[in-house]
Amino acid sequence: MDLLIILASGVATGTVLLYATVGEAFAERSGIMNLGVEGMMLIGAMSAYKVTAATQNPWLGLLVAMFAAGAISQVHAFIAITLQADQVISGLALNFLATGISLVLGEGLTSLRDVVPQLPNFTVPVLSQIPILGKVFFDNHSIMVYIGFIFVPLAWYYINRTRPGMHLRAVGEYPAAADTLGIRVYVLRYYYVFVGGILAGLAGATISLSISPGWFGALTTAGQGWIAVGLVIFAQWDPFRAAFGAYTFGALRRLVLDIQGPSTLLGLANPFFYNPHYAFFLKMLPFAFTVVVLVIGSREANRKRIGTPAALGLPYIRGQRGL
Amino acid sequence: MKNKLLWIFSILLVAAMLLSACAPTEAPEAEEPAAEEAMAEEAEAEAEEAEEPAETGGLMIPDIEEGKFNVAVVMLSNHDDGGWSQAQWDGINYVAENVDGVHTAYMELVAEGADSEQVFRALARKGFDLIFGGSFGYMDAMEVVAEEFPDTGFVHISGYKSNMTNFGNLFGAMEDMKYLAGMLAGSRAMVDGADKVGGMATFTIPEEFRLFNAYALGVQKTCPDCTVDIRWIYTWHDPIIEREGADSLFDAGSHVVMTGADTPAAALAAADREGVFGINYDWIGGCTLDECLTAPYWVWGPVFADITEAAMAGTYEYGWHYFEASDGGLGLYGFMEGQEPQPGVLDLPEEDVQLVRDTLAAMLAGEFTRFDIFTGPIYDNQGNLVIEEGKSFQYNDIDQFAPGAPGLEAEYGMFWWNENINADLPDL
Repeated sequence: MDLLIILASGVATGTVLLYATVGEAFAERSGIMNLGVEGMMLIGAMSAYKVTAATQNPWLGLLVAMFAAGAISQVHAFIAITLQADQVISGLALNFLATGISLVLGEGLTSLRDVVPQLPNFTVPVLSQIPILGKVFFDNHSIMVYIGFIFVPLAWYYINRTRPGMHLRAVGEYPAAADTLGIRVYVLRYYYVFVGGILAGLAGATISLSISPGWFGALTTAGQGWIAVGLVIFAQWDPFRAAFGAYTFGALRRLVLDIQGPSTLLGLANPFFYNPHYAFFLKMLPFAFTVVVLVIGSREANRKRIGTPAALGLPYIRGQRGL
Repeated sequence: MKNKLLWIFSILLVAAMLLSACAPTEAPEAEEPAAEEAMAEEAEAEAEEAEEPAETGGLMIPDIEEGKFNVAVVMLSNHDDGGWSQAQWDGINYVAENVDGVHTAYMELVAEGADSEQVFRALARKGFDLIFGGSFGYMDAMEVVAEEFPDTGFVHISGYKSNMTNFGNLFGAMEDMKYLAGMLAGSRAMVDGADKVGGMATFTIPEEFRLFNAYALGVQKTCPDCTVDIRWIYTWHDPIIEREGADSLFDAGSHVVMTGADTPAAALAAADREGVFGINYDWIGGCTLDECLTAPYWVWGPVFADITEAAMAGTYEYGWHYFEASDGGLGLYGFMEGQEPQPGVLDLPEEDVQLVRDTLAAMLAGEFTRFDIFTGPIYDNQGNLVIEEGKSFQYNDIDQFAPGAPGLEAEYGMFWWNENINADLPDL
């Protein structure tokens, strides 16, 4: 059991969750909760694999995946923003719709006999020499992992330090006030739901083109989208915390397996060697923390402190009182 | 205004649900007759759905064809999952093509438990004559529905219950193929100077102990000094966890990793490393990479066809049906008729490969069975003698933990690890 390998693996597979979580954070920051992440990821995974198989070009697959998942997210945007319907129900419906579409269009992909090209893995030359960190973050990862490293600070900077980012937050906190300032609430909400879709598509494509290449129907994403929805709360709508949560979750998932190996741990009998299902407890921790955040956030006064967008889940109806 | 929006929204919602529910059968391939029929049924089934939505959990029940023997298979995941369910789908298509006078249909993405009970009941009510249930968790539901429809046959794959009249259990001696896969893994490790191989086990059930003990016994044949690492992954199908399980074993020094789950993760993980190999499972199409050493797989077609023919003739005996390799229901990728060995097998010592070929030939001829694999002397990894020389496990031992079910007592049971396995027995 090598801690560095566990952490490195957490960074690799956590990247899937990272994109999905940050994407959902964007949508929720604008006030729209989208529970269809899992479905959008399936669309992304399917279209990435399908296009790559047809063209032998994984980059084209990646692009199409982003666009396809972004496009399907607009169904939810229309229902939630223009029709002002319940976002929870609409998100769940989107999930069914997207899953169905990806299964129909993905028909036959499992039977492909040709080897479908994957996104490249590489080691970053100088940075990988840094002790410990180099091995964890820069050694033989998929290019999607490195894009994630660049993406997280950019997303944080965009949300917190730029003018459009301020508009995004305003729309999610107090859309009526934003509207009076001439910010186009509806347009922005559509836009950020689209961004959430793009990133969910990217997450799906990361699975099917890099982490676990292939298409396995509805089981391809295996619930990652739902984990991402929970991680957004864990991350308190912040890209850096999302990255921390996603990598931690990935590392825990790997730790649960590696810890079954040695019969002794730090000189003591290893309880996980004798009872591998004790590891479920470790796996549960991120969710336990999510529940804690929800409990804290249940008090109105605390909601602000943990960063819940005030208008999250509330439709904005122009000209009416309230949010 | 509000009302109108609500209307539009509800219509969209219903459309979304309908779309997702019909997804599976909406995409037939032209050359697949079974799928084509399924589509024809789709239109009728859609009208049907309005009448009994609550009863079928929102799933559409295919129609029967009058005057034919109607056979259905109910599957846990989608028909093209690249694993367990796809093997069953191939099986029902084989029945459609090779048995005269039958009409076939399939139901996919049927959740275990209460949902499946409604599906089985609806299929039986529609008039299906024979229904295969393809997942362990359908067992109790099928038992209940079988009591209600004594004229319908129910065959449950992978469970352990039967009512001896119209509800039977079906499984095959996959341990035969896992044993051979173990021989190849051991041989591969021996040639490359490694002393460790790995196995990804799914759940702590007798089946997994049986399959991985068979694998370990195979490894022992060709690499007496090799040890076998085990990782419990607690899933049958999760591309990411399986990938991590394989990586975990490779990082801990395994030279070959065999998976007990569905996706080709073992070979995929091997492909990212130098000189190591994976052994995949379940479906004939799962072994595409060069790093895939072999894959034990299911061939449900001939088994389903035999059962269907016997059921049509009224001679099928519902009970515990456990088929051997000689019944044509099992395969070892690269070694069956018309298949080329995978690249990783080509430079193995001739005597090892010949041993695999000979044992496989004996299995296919019915001369070597699963009981021959589990024949003493076998020692467990605590140093105890599990079964002494000259004695063999019996059916009761192979699929149960001791002491076994009432009336089906197990003398030895499957709760032990072979001596070369580096793992402890988990608390159950």
